Amino acid sequence: MKKIDLTTHVLIPKHSKLGDKDKEEMLKRYNVSLKGLPKILVSDAGISHLSARPGDVIEIVRDSPTAGKAFFYRVVVDE
Amino acid sequence: MEDSYVYKRVGSVSFAVLSPKLIKKMAAAKVVTPELYDKEGYPVDGGLMDVRLGVIDPGLRCKTCGSRLKECIGHFGYISLARPVIHLSYVNVVLSLLRTTCRDCSRILLPDSKIQQLGGKGVKRSRIKDSIASSKTGNKCPHCKARQYKITVEKPTTFFENERRISPIEIRSRLEKIPDADAEAFGLNVGAVRPEWMVLTVFPIPPVTMRPSITLETGERSEDDLTHKLGDIVRINQRLFENINAGAPEIIVEDLWDLLQYHITTFFDNDVAQLPPARHRSGQPLKTISERIRSKEGRIRHNLVGKRTNFSARTVISPDPMLELNEVGVPEIMALKLTVPERVTEWNMEYLKNFVKNGPKKYPGANYVIRPDGKKKKLTEDIIEATLEEMQPGYVVERHLMDGDKAIFNRQPSLHRMSMMCHNIRVLPYKTLRLNPAVCFPYNADFDGDEMNLHIPQTEESRAEAEHLMLVQTQLISPRYGLSVIGCVQDAISGNYLLTREDFSMPRHAAVDMLSSIGVSELSRLPKRESVSGKEIFSALLPADFDFVGKSRSSAEPEVVIKGGKLVSGVMDKNNLGEGSGLMLRNIHKKYGEAFAVDFLGKLFRLGVSVLIRRGFTTTIADTDLPDEAHDSISKIFADAEVEVQELVSQFNANSLDTFPGRTARETLELKILELLTRARNDTGHVVAKFANRDSHTLIMANSGARGNLLNLAQIAGSVGQQALRGKRIEKGFKNRTLSYFKPNDLGSEAHGFIRSCFKSGLKPAEFFFQAMVGRDSLMDTALRTPKSGYLYRRLSNAMQDLRVEYDGTVRDASGRIIQFAYGEDGVDVSKSEGGTINVSRIISKVK
Repeated sequence: MKKIDLTTHVLIPKHSKLGDKDKEEMLKRYNVSLKGLPKILVSDAGISHLSARPGDVIEIVRDSPTAGKAFFYRVVVDE
Repeated sequence: MEDSYVYKRVGSVSFAVLSPKLIKKMAAAKVVTPELYDKEGYPVDGGLMDVRLGVIDPGLRCKTCGSRLKECIGHFGYISLARPVIHLSYVNVVLSLLRTTCRDCSRILLPDSKIQQLGGKGVKRSRIKDSIASSKTGNKCPHCKARQYKITVEKPTTFFENERRISPIEIRSRLEKIPDADAEAFGLNVGAVRPEWMVLTVFPIPPVTMRPSITLETGERSEDDLTHKLGDIVRINQRLFENINAGAPEIIVEDLWDLLQYHITTFFDNDVAQLPPARHRSGQPLKTISERIRSKEGRIRHNLVGKRTNFSARTVISPDPMLELNEVGVPEIMALKLTVPERVTEWNMEYLKNFVKNGPKKYPGANYVIRPDGKKKKLTEDIIEATLEEMQPGYVVERHLMDGDKAIFNRQPSLHRMSMMCHNIRVLPYKTLRLNPAVCFPYNADFDGDEMNLHIPQTEESRAEAEHLMLVQTQLISPRYGLSVIGCVQDAISGNYLLTREDFSMPRHAAVDMLSSIGVSELSRLPKRESVSGKEIFSALLPADFDFVGKSRSSAEPEVVIKGGKLVSGVMDKNNLGEGSGLMLRNIHKKYGEAFAVDFLGKLFRLGVSVLIRRGFTTTIADTDLPDEAHDSISKIFADAEVEVQELVSQFNANSLDTFPGRTARETLELKILELLTRARNDTGHVVAKFANRDSHTLIMANSGARGNLLNLAQIAGSVGQQALRGKRIEKGFKNRTLSYFKPNDLGSEAHGFIRSCFKSGLKPAEFFFQAMVGRDSLMDTALRTPKSGYLYRRLSNAMQDLRVEYDGTVRDASGRIIQFAYGEDGVDVSKSEGGTINVSRIISKVK
């Protein structure tokens, strides 16, 4: 069967891994710890190309009809 | 500051399973007999109503703690069970413990290394189970190499190993052997929960205070359901004990044992699926522990979450457009019962004395006087004089409700915050609560017998809070879609529509009379001419510097232009006056503030109604009468449609129908016919709209958006149209046909629920039957859907009730976890927006 690259699909928003510095900055900006962030599974198909490890923070940029671009952050978890 | 109110602070809460030792330790008495009272009616020692278990009779003292009724909270007792019994609530835990531990050595069926790898402590039982299932050891214990068997449970409480029943004694001995370290691997805190405690050997007897008996008028005592149940348990336990001691055959002992298990199970939960519920002699099921706690009538939802309140009232509502939007009409009888406390000072002494003088029966009077020492006195005719004498600053008078007092008005179901709003009180004659029909929409109220509740805030703080946060005008803009939730309805829309149409004018003096009757006194902006137009009258309500451009529903005057507070062109209809539509009301609110907006809405509403009062407004079937020409063209539409349907059917029969992709020929035929007939009905709608008299009242209502639409008109005058069950033409009924009136396999329109007739001419019998089918189906549908969606909403709102928008714009739950990084993705407060978006161009033009 043909393998599909999910990241190019229109319905899948852009996922990217935050660097250490960006991650610190983002946690500080929202005054939140990793525990307070929404989660995403390591096994999630949307981040399989990012080689993310538990504890990493994924930035998701969605198109929004009212805000233009909407930013969302998720912490990678194991379980 | 906060600390001074804290009496005792909860440090922590821990959950545990009662150990037999603890049960004995906390027991004040051992219960040995199911008897309750002796011949003198005194509680038997060692019985279920033992005086050591607490007092339920006034005057007696508790044998255990020495305190009286209401002071003594009761004390537990216990019985020793002759044979152990499984606790119903722990069946699942026991089952998974038995399955994951060795039947011989009671170790977890995993090598130590593997347990460590899983985390060693507090691992989920399901993970241990999965891990065992995937391990290669098969059914051998890795520790003692003993062979393991399959363990099953037969609900509710019977365990089997390889089809052989295992007794609670055996289960308990296996659980006992589980080492502490292994139990902790399961996440059991061994200090608080040992696995074997889930099999009961001693049974706690709850204190009599939680199962009080009541004395009937006959002097007979009636015991609580729990006492009955406990009596059964003690009795069976005793019989079991005697039988075992007498060396009775094993079968008898086991039967009694099962019976004991049954009684103890139903004591905890009398609603277990597999067990017949224990019943009274009358056949009504006993209400045992879990029935006391769960569901709507249970302790939690009924007593803990469901509080009742004083200073509230409820009755039928009725409309009164002469009230302001933020007023509520309160019947005088209610005003005589509901009170507001007012503190006596030097300055209001005389004022408050007038209330006391009137007493409780004459309005406006007072019902209670509270002295500075906190003593509350009910005012009666005889003590009025004395009270007037002794009244001085520091007293509090609970006076009757008066005009201008604040009240919180509410209609259930309270689905959004506009379901509870603060209104100013107007005390009125008669017996219903009255509200302006324009506020029906946020409450979702109508007057077909709806009742509403009224709450009177009792302190300065609560009144101020209600006034500033809940008053009707503070709720005007919906936080859901950012437009006014309050607008004109029904007659108010028809009235304003008629008023602002091109052809409306009236003598100036009549216009002045009308405007002043609705509370408009500023008439300088009404042109000084003999005759004024409707648009000019309407403009008299608008602020002098108001500009607005919008759209109306009308195709003749689609654009509404307001310039310098004058309606230049366009008609006012539902698009601009109705709730939740159009920006005119939103802009007025934004520019002139909420107080003006609510006043404006009230005047607008009354203007519409007064226009209709002066002009006359009604509706009649003759409004939808059509000229012959129209009937002819409608007949032609249906004749054509019928021909086309026949065409499709014959194509289908000849197998020459072009099928839609992914559909069968039959499905395609259905879809095509449905589409065709819907189009035919819509076409008749246009014909009706074209020929019907534009000035007839029925059409005025439809065109202004007040009530009714084109479809309704088409159904009355043209054709009722296709009746559909589950999105399809009607197919149910007899074999190959819907009714015996039709030929089998008739695919025509008539035979499948198309109603050619209109309501005015009347339906044919078959048509009537089809209409009744669909009518009943939709009735059932609504009746079944309402509770379902209500429960869905309850679950949603309970799950989300502690989410809030923090100061940094994020949405977080009670423990500070982020749910959304910006509220609604864009961080816009919808109630401060215009229809959900921010009008950037206006802000720019304002800044310039």
